[in-house]
Amino acid sequence: MRFMLLFSRQGKLRLQKWYVPLGDQEKRRLGRELVQTILGRKAKMCSFLEWRDLKVVYKRYASLYFCCAIEEQDNELITLEVIHRYVELLDKYFGSVCELDIIFNFEKAYFILDEFLLGGEAQETSKKSVLKAIEQADQLQENIDFQMRLFPAPS
Amino acid sequence: MSPSVRLQEMIRVIRSARTQGEERGVIQRECAAIRAQFRQADNGGRSHNLAKLLYVHMLGYPAHFGQMECVRLIASPRYNEKRVGYLGAMMLLDENQDASLLITNSIKNDLAHSSQYVQSLALCTLACMGSAEMCRDLAPEIDRLLRASSSYIKKKATLCAVHIVRKVPELGELFTPAARALLAEKNHGVLHGAVILITELCERNAQTLVQFREAVPELVHIMRGLVTSGYSPEHTVAGISDPFLQVRVLRLLRILGRNNDTASDAMNDLLAQVATNTDSSKTAGSAVLYETVLTVMDIKSESGLRVLAVNILGRFLLNNDRNIRYISMTSLQKIVSTDHNAVQRHRGTIVDCLKDQDASVKRRALELSLALVSAINIRSMMKELLLFLSTCPPELKSHAASGIFNAAERYSPSQRWHIDTILHVLITAGADVRDETVPNLIQLITNASQLHCYTVHKLYRALVADISQQPLVQVACWCIGEYGDSLLQQGECEETEPIQVTEDDILDALETVLQSHMSSPATRGFALTATMKLSTRITENVDRIRSIVSIYGSCMDVELQQRAVEYNALFKKYDHMRAAVLEKMPVMDRSSMGQTNGESGGGGVQELEPTKPKQPEMVVAPQPASQVCDLLDLLGDPDEPSLLGGPLGPGGAPLGPAGLMPGSAGGDLLYLLGGLELTPTPTPATAPAAVTVYDKSGVVLKLSCERPLDASQTITLTATNTSDHDISSLTLQAAVPKNVQLQMKAPSGDSLPARSSAVVTQTVLLNNPNKVSLKMRVRLSYTSQGSPFQDTVQIDSFPTPGL
Repeated sequence: MRFMLLFSRQGKLRLQKWYVPLGDQEKRRLGRELVQTILGRKAKMCSFLEWRDLKVVYKRYASLYFCCAIEEQDNELITLEVIHRYVELLDKYFGSVCELDIIFNFEKAYFILDEFLLGGEAQETSKKSVLKAIEQADQLQENIDFQMRLFPAPS
Repeated sequence: MSPSVRLQEMIRVIRSARTQGEERGVIQRECAAIRAQFRQADNGGRSHNLAKLLYVHMLGYPAHFGQMECVRLIASPRYNEKRVGYLGAMMLLDENQDASLLITNSIKNDLAHSSQYVQSLALCTLACMGSAEMCRDLAPEIDRLLRASSSYIKKKATLCAVHIVRKVPELGELFTPAARALLAEKNHGVLHGAVILITELCERNAQTLVQFREAVPELVHIMRGLVTSGYSPEHTVAGISDPFLQVRVLRLLRILGRNNDTASDAMNDLLAQVATNTDSSKTAGSAVLYETVLTVMDIKSESGLRVLAVNILGRFLLNNDRNIRYISMTSLQKIVSTDHNAVQRHRGTIVDCLKDQDASVKRRALELSLALVSAINIRSMMKELLLFLSTCPPELKSHAASGIFNAAERYSPSQRWHIDTILHVLITAGADVRDETVPNLIQLITNASQLHCYTVHKLYRALVADISQQPLVQVACWCIGEYGDSLLQQGECEETEPIQVTEDDILDALETVLQSHMSSPATRGFALTATMKLSTRITENVDRIRSIVSIYGSCMDVELQQRAVEYNALFKKYDHMRAAVLEKMPVMDRSSMGQTNGESGGGGVQELEPTKPKQPEMVVAPQPASQVCDLLDLLGDPDEPSLLGGPLGPGGAPLGPAGLMPGSAGGDLLYLLGGLELTPTPTPATAPAAVTVYDKSGVVLKLSCERPLDASQTITLTATNTSDHDISSLTLQAAVPKNVQLQMKAPSGDSLPARSSAVVTQTVLLNNPNKVSLKMRVRLSYTSQGSPFQDTVQIDSFPTPGL
């Protein structure tokens, strides 16, 4: 996978994960144009499109578009499954996830994504394992937070 | 300065901003606060501040001042700070930033950290944005972790290795041994990563590929386990056991089985099993089947398996889900060249997909339809394609038009059909066709001489209807200029409804084109020249033409002005040449279309050297092409290209001289068949043995050969006049059988006074590589006593020198 974008129906970016090295300007431009292209598509259209020289797979869940740009040899259908798996993870984590959850807890959305995909490929195919790992990482974080509150670092 | 707020508060505040300006204000304040906080010492809120900055960055605002903070946070001993620091690094730093190098050391340390979650952060970041240099530095660490005990770390290390191999392929050798060992893992995550790593290694290194072919049985075993038993319930998606892993294994098998019989044999049964047992009612199953089909078609599989695969694609094609149809067409595209007949069976469904609403599906259907066009189905396919062209989205129009042209060129059942098709395309999608369409179409039209009347009628009608499509207007103008007389004659054209067209109508149409703002400068040039040509074809309105032409003598467009001035000159000073200059064009051969001045004729066997060429429209045509046709028809059979090159079909079909014959505006007739050199070569005074080949009305023609009858020889034709009258404008034309090449040099002169010993000689070079029996037919034309004479003689045997 080259990159993944999450954006709302108004075109506001909620999450962007880039696995290819591009400059900031370039990323913004690419993102904007792709978002416009996808938003311009009608409801029942195909989930796959060829855009520039990329293969793009996207799916809409409620008010959020999940969009991935994949390599030439990648399987489009399995990418749809990857997207679906990510949504399921978010759903399990936040409990009936909605767009607001992702807006206000964007860093957690990233952490979950990073526990599921690594370097653009799926690292764990078991939903249970991913959720467990995140839980434990969160626990670790909480402990440290707790410690820091009790024993603030010397200023 | 307002006190800095927690992350979620800030988000709320930003979202409640009602205008873009308000939002910018809030963000500027926040950024200032964050910057200040960064400068301060550690106060426990660093991770929050960076998180705020990352949010602001996602909204599209600059956040580069946070880069160093990321570096600092990554180096922090606290997990929460590291977590946000690494996240920031992945968002703000990429390998092009200098700051990214600074985190290499931190990553290295964290890779050896006692907590696996810290290790995980480092691995994730390295795999996401690691530069080549960082990869080289840290590769040994990764290799070590590949053999670590925890599968949690192993799976991440494996994917990190994948990233390293993609960035620095040479490091692949480092990971190969570990990768091999990883195939024995039971953990799905690790296995999945291992398969990806092996795929990358094999794709980049041929030796590694050979090495891993031995792993095919192991991979087959893994797949079989996934397909048959419920290998692991927690990995099942819609009844399919770990589709992600299955897809990756199938892809690896594809790479290993390509071009290799043994490997392909080993996986045949497995593939058959997967293909038949996988339930494709949900996407997961379809994904696996899709990958299976791709693998089957790419390796050396048995024919039964291939048939199975194509059938699966056929089933997909009928699926209700648009995605599946799209996928199916993508796959069919890949195999249409190798398994053409199998794909042809599904042509009907594919053509139906042309009417689908979705642009992606339409595109695929178009590609596939163009690939499936053949001589048998050309008529029905073209109907569908033309229908598609009229309704297709603009981004596909140009591609569709050129595809249609190619198909028409290769398989058109008749010339009329071909011309009709091209006209149809020009009318529907004229703006999107390529530039060379216009000359190609013109060439096609000139070749179809029996259809001139039909074509010009059709074009006239199209022109009158709509002058906005430039290519169409250009072709129409050209044809009207050339064949305007057919347009005026009624009743001659059986193939279409005759309409009453007067000279005024035609001139009206051309003038409309000239004056319209929609016409491009090139189009107006066409129209002007066409108007001028009509001056020789029509009888009544020549004055009108004169006035049109003189108006444009002061046109702003330089090209038009020049043309108009030259045409004006033709009317005034050179009126006697006008007819000759504006005669009908000869049939053009495709290879000569794009020639520039001074190049010799292409396609034909013979070489021609044009002299003083002018713009194509001003080209002089020698005697009407039909006469030359007669000469050639007499020799050899007309099926194959004759000496002049170009197609020579039965029944008055195209003739092709190998090059355009431009002429000076003088009276010299040019030799259609002979080359014309600027300096006439001195012809030998007498040939060793001259044979009289023609003797009539006092004109004697002798022939002599200079060399023995072998592959190439020089022949001299000598003409003398023993009659009582002067002979002028003497020309000789020659034709030889196919496979023989002919080149005529310039004659020494063209007039023979009466009863004189003056001679006109002309040298002819023959090249007969195939040693066919040499024959030659010579036509003499001359003017005597004011009237033209013409005669032809056939020479069947050539004298050998010395006889």
